[in-house]
Amino acid sequence: MDNNITDRMEKVPYRNLPSKWSLVLFVFLLAFSVSQHTHAYTTVLPTVAVDTANGEALFKANCAACHKLYKKATGPALFEVGDKYDRDWLYKWVKNSQELVKAGDPIAVKIFEENNKSVMTAFPTLSNEDVDDIIAYTYTKKKTPVIVEAPTGAGDGGGGMSNNIILGILALVFAMLVIALFAVNKTLRRFADAQGVEIEEKEETKPIWRAFLENQFLVLVTAILLLLTAGYFAYGWMSQVGVDQGYAPVQPIHYSHRIHAGTNQIDCNYCHSSARKSKTSGIPSLNVCMNCHKSISEVAEATQLEGQNEHGVDYNAEIQKLYKAVGWDEATQAYTGETEAVEWVRIHNLPDFAYFNHSQHVTVAGVECQTCHGPVEEMEIMEQHAPLTMGWCINCHRETNVNVADNEYYEKIHAELAKKYGKDKITAAEMGGLECGKCHY
Amino acid sequence: MASNKKYWKSVEELNENSSIVETLQQNEFVEPIPTDEFLGDKETLEASSTTRRDFLKYVGFTTAAASLAACEGPVIKSIPYVVAPDEIVPGVANYYATTIADGFDFANILVKTREGRPIKIERNDLAKHGGSVNARVHASVLSMYDLNRLQGPKVNGADASWDDLNKGVAQKLNELNGQDVVLLTQTFASPSTSKLIAEFQTKYPNVRHVIYDTVSSSEALDAFQNKYGTRALADYDFSQAEVIVSVGADFIGDWQGGGYEAGYAKGRIPKNGKMSKHFQFEANMTLAGANADTRVPATPSQQIAIVRALTGGSASGLPENITAAVNQAKAQLQKAGSKGVVITGMQDVAAQSAVLNYNEGVGSVIMDTAQPKMTAMGSSAEVAKVMNGVVNGSVKGLITVGVNPVYAFPNKDFAKAYDNLEFSLAFASKEDETASRAKLIAATPHYLESWGDAQLKKGTFSLMQPTIRPLFDTKQFQECLLTWTGNDASYHDYIKDAWSSSVLAGGGSWSQALHDGVIASDVEVETDASTSDNIETSTSNGALNGATQGGLELTLYTKTGLGDGQQANNPWLQELPDPITRTSWDNYVTVSAADAAEMGLENKNVANGALNGSLVNVKMNGVTVERVPVLIQPGQAKGSVGLALGYGRRAAVQSEMQTGVNAYALYNNFSATPGNVTLEKVSGEHEFACIQLHNTMMGRDIIRETTLEIFNTKNVKEWNPVPEVSKDHEMIPVTSPEADLWDSFDRSVGHHFNLSIDLNACTGCGACVIACHAENNVPVVGKTEMRRSRDMHWLRIDRYYSSEDSFAGDVDKKENISGLGSSLSEFGEMEDPAANPQVAFQPVMCQHCNHAPCETVCPVAATSHGRQGQNHMAYNRCVGTRYCANNCPYKVRRFNWFLYAENDEFDYHMNNDLGRMVLNPDVVVRSRGVMEKCSMCIQMTQKTILDAKRDGRMIKDGEFKTACSAACETGAIKFGDINDHDSEIFELKNDKRMYHLLEAVGTEPNVIYHTKVRNTNEA
Repeated sequence: MDNNITDRMEKVPYRNLPSKWSLVLFVFLLAFSVSQHTHAYTTVLPTVAVDTANGEALFKANCAACHKLYKKATGPALFEVGDKYDRDWLYKWVKNSQELVKAGDPIAVKIFEENNKSVMTAFPTLSNEDVDDIIAYTYTKKKTPVIVEAPTGAGDGGGGMSNNIILGILALVFAMLVIALFAVNKTLRRFADAQGVEIEEKEETKPIWRAFLENQFLVLVTAILLLLTAGYFAYGWMSQVGVDQGYAPVQPIHYSHRIHAGTNQIDCNYCHSSARKSKTSGIPSLNVCMNCHKSISEVAEATQLEGQNEHGVDYNAEIQKLYKAVGWDEATQAYTGETEAVEWVRIHNLPDFAYFNHSQHVTVAGVECQTCHGPVEEMEIMEQHAPLTMGWCINCHRETNVNVADNEYYEKIHAELAKKYGKDKITAAEMGGLECGKCHY
Repeated sequence: MASNKKYWKSVEELNENSSIVETLQQNEFVEPIPTDEFLGDKETLEASSTTRRDFLKYVGFTTAAASLAACEGPVIKSIPYVVAPDEIVPGVANYYATTIADGFDFANILVKTREGRPIKIERNDLAKHGGSVNARVHASVLSMYDLNRLQGPKVNGADASWDDLNKGVAQKLNELNGQDVVLLTQTFASPSTSKLIAEFQTKYPNVRHVIYDTVSSSEALDAFQNKYGTRALADYDFSQAEVIVSVGADFIGDWQGGGYEAGYAKGRIPKNGKMSKHFQFEANMTLAGANADTRVPATPSQQIAIVRALTGGSASGLPENITAAVNQAKAQLQKAGSKGVVITGMQDVAAQSAVLNYNEGVGSVIMDTAQPKMTAMGSSAEVAKVMNGVVNGSVKGLITVGVNPVYAFPNKDFAKAYDNLEFSLAFASKEDETASRAKLIAATPHYLESWGDAQLKKGTFSLMQPTIRPLFDTKQFQECLLTWTGNDASYHDYIKDAWSSSVLAGGGSWSQALHDGVIASDVEVETDASTSDNIETSTSNGALNGATQGGLELTLYTKTGLGDGQQANNPWLQELPDPITRTSWDNYVTVSAADAAEMGLENKNVANGALNGSLVNVKMNGVTVERVPVLIQPGQAKGSVGLALGYGRRAAVQSEMQTGVNAYALYNNFSATPGNVTLEKVSGEHEFACIQLHNTMMGRDIIRETTLEIFNTKNVKEWNPVPEVSKDHEMIPVTSPEADLWDSFDRSVGHHFNLSIDLNACTGCGACVIACHAENNVPVVGKTEMRRSRDMHWLRIDRYYSSEDSFAGDVDKKENISGLGSSLSEFGEMEDPAANPQVAFQPVMCQHCNHAPCETVCPVAATSHGRQGQNHMAYNRCVGTRYCANNCPYKVRRFNWFLYAENDEFDYHMNNDLGRMVLNPDVVVRSRGVMEKCSMCIQMTQKTILDAKRDGRMIKDGEFKTACSAACETGAIKFGDINDHDSEIFELKNDKRMYHLLEAVGTEPNVIYHTKVRNTNEA
């Protein structure tokens, strides 16, 4: 490891530093890297220790939209970028890259052209120190993802085996006891025979089932009870026909609402934007996904691990599915134009004869998405939360007050209805929300 | 007043002893399920290999299988856009302004699209001179989703690429250099197309451009061009008219492109005690005649004399009743002065000129010659030259665009000659009669997939824009011209470019014009017609010498449904009952009752209420149209017959829709009155799909009408009384709460919808019927089902005939006494109810009764009432007992006898993926065994309410619409909220002409009617 560091030291652009400084630095670095057990970074200011934490924060705030450490995104990969270019040149580039390009700097022009001529945002507010911090951060080595083998069948099997053994032994003991009992019984009988002891035989009585059958009243009552029970269960069973509560089909792309709506706190309406103005909430078109996933081609390692360990999903592979469908070439950072449709499996299926309008509920009534769709932000796999039966709709219409606040449309009708019913709050039902034709046409 | 008039829907009803009428009155569902027929057939039953046990096994298995299948829900896929277009929000409709200009119908329209699919045509309110959005225009959206459309170009009958086609065309055009090649096109009325054609002709100077209007207005154009220099048609604004005299011009139908009903209806609503007076002299019973105050049947040859008499000539040679009417019309015209107008449909340059001169002479404010209509340009003489040129071989090449000469040329040798042409190229959207014979076929897109521009009326320019990507590998004619002239620009760019230097030169933005669909500009643009300058002033017209030939004078006309026949493969239009005859899926020769009796022709109603008619061969000058059904038409002028064009299409038309006979064979000289025909009865009977007798209202007081005089002078109780019922031996009005059996709901809160129908403004045009089809996914049932009176139209337009003598009898009697003794016999004939009836149209849909009889009898409460006045129908709840239809006094409920969607037995648009694209996703497609009916477009009212809620605003008057009210050009159907006391509908509801249908029943309908006022008694 030490060798490594020195090797690298030779490459850094600070090799003309006075040798004593180099020595101090070497010792300091050695100590630091060993004590911290972190990956070494090689370029730091001679006097001040660089702040990688600050660098990381700055990188995530300013650079991460277009740059990744180990992979080309909109801009090039930045891993060990300090080695590739002169530091002063880097300062200039970061602060205003276009100036360099326009000035005809050959390196700048080359980079500009290599990256589809996409203009890098100028960051005149970043100080040289900030840039140093960021560069320091870029030396963070890639962690090899450690896949913790989930406790699988092998481990469980051990426990199960021991249980089985105990059970087996118990069974054996029981069997032996039974055999012993028979043996004892047999021996005793033989003794009795030998000594002429009469064994009293029990007199045969009427079996209970016969008695039951002969009691017609009991039979009738039982039959009725049985029928009622069967009817009850049949009714219950039939009522759930076509009710797909909990329906969570496998989707062509494993999309985790938990990560998007939960961890990342993305508003439902960001993707399901038509819920505000249309009858359908709309499955987002893939260009909406690409708003973010243009720069997010990989999930964080922790997330990836979590996915693999807890849900058995390779999130990064799922993102690749998206790229394939939308025709995004990661290498060139460009759309190929070859697209393919993603055939999502529809989860919430209202029958054709029922009309439901999202905008009425979302925009006008202000109902939370979760009211009907459940805790979507916790769902790794989206499922149907509500039964979507008519009774369920009706109940809500009976119980929910109409949101009339600040809506000129409701002013007159609300005043009149309030007068009619003698109360201030009017439910959807009282507004006419139970009429057949409001949903069936 | 109203009750002493006898109405009838069919001649059969006048026969008091008719058992059929009696039977029909007793039967709601005319056709019982034919169990006897099935069970009575012992032989078949016994020969069947299916035993009773087998049958039970099958039943058991299928029941089990069906119930098992029901437990497992299907997996439904949802496929979003990969890249969603900005303007599309799934579930929200977009509207685009565009223009239809198919050579027959020209109109500015709005197209409603959902998720990129055009699903409905609406009127464009921004277009003031937008032509008529009639039933055909409404139905044209379905014609786009037609399976029989060409999917790509063809060369010598084989599928080819556009490159192949272009190469073939270039080669042929070069080969034929210097020889006669004709470019035969429809009227485009498009400045850019004219420019392009001119450029094309500069490259190929031997190509002659001839415009061919399938249904010709050539003589009117000639007359106009002679007088005013432009080849165009005078426009008329009937809203200002006090007296309208029409001689053979069906201006509410398709006369000179139509589109006059809106203005006409405005003048027909009595205002300040005044309304226009309308005289109609005609042979066939037309829409215009049906709406006229005084309709005089006259044969075409008489009509020529009538025009002469009206415009200053002598009235000699006319029968006395006509002379009397002409004199009356003349007197009225004189009184009206510049507020009077004479129009004629006679295809005769002299007659047309005389009319133009007359209107010009009196300074008629109705006629507009400064800004004439540009929607027809064809010259019959030029077209005839082309036709003869092809037949005699002088024309070597023929390029047809949007026209179908093999079908529509009245020359039976043409088809063969066309086959022998060296070069034949057809621009067609279907492999029609012409295209299927052409060597090269260029597949054209539907107008909803095309760019274009048009000048429908001078000074008003319209744009056509695509509302969907071309469904097939098609190219517009104009795109091809651009390619052939070596121009790389797209047609869109070409129009934009041309407009920037012409229409938009005086200001105005392209985007605004595209948004509005129309823009007014005084720019003069080059039109095709300015080239043809030699007009033959004396066109031979059969009608002029027709009277001498013997036989019956023929008048060819176009029907509301099919028009010139280019949309023959459109099931909506085939099933649209003709407003006058109420017959669908057919054309027929209309004969007067007197002539029919003479020739032994008959119409009879068979037991199930359907109509059967005799068959005849129609012969003229050696041309015979065989086996034409005969329909006896009340009001048909004696000595004349009528026959509709546009039927008898066979090529690229699916077998169900190959209906009727091709009357173009008789379209000699491209004249609607080509001369005399003889009818020759042949054996057999034709089965009509006529719904004339169906759903009869049993002679109750359903149409109320009065005359202007009575309306102005008498108390409303005399001509529009509220019916009374007896309570405790006292007569009380039926509207009083005491007469009511029901506890009324409180409807004062929120909205309460009413639909108003003004019988004065309704011309019977049928646009609302098609609009209702499109909006509500109403199925097409086909001819045989129509015959069984199982039509599914939610909205029907009833047509009632009434006889003049029983109407306002007193006044007529007075006239008879005052010294017309000599003409009593003539009058006697006229008074024969079937000879010249008055006609009234009444659109009837579900009346949405507040006290609905249907609701109380439904055993499962599938139909119930909403607070907003709509009678709801929950299809998923309906079990199909049909009690409701039995108990409905208005007969507006329709039962789904079959599954009409995805059923091969009903192979119309709902049976294929392409056709289903027209369905409105907001309205469910009903399944078999449920009742359906007009919902008062609850999906539209609910949407209006939701939009207002979302915006947090009140709803303005006029925002609420139904499909029919939005489609109504004449303003006869109005819709609104009567709880809004400032609304138009509230005013209409309190109008003194207002009445309810069958008010005496006490159903309190939410549909209101306005008494028809006729301007008849003013002498």
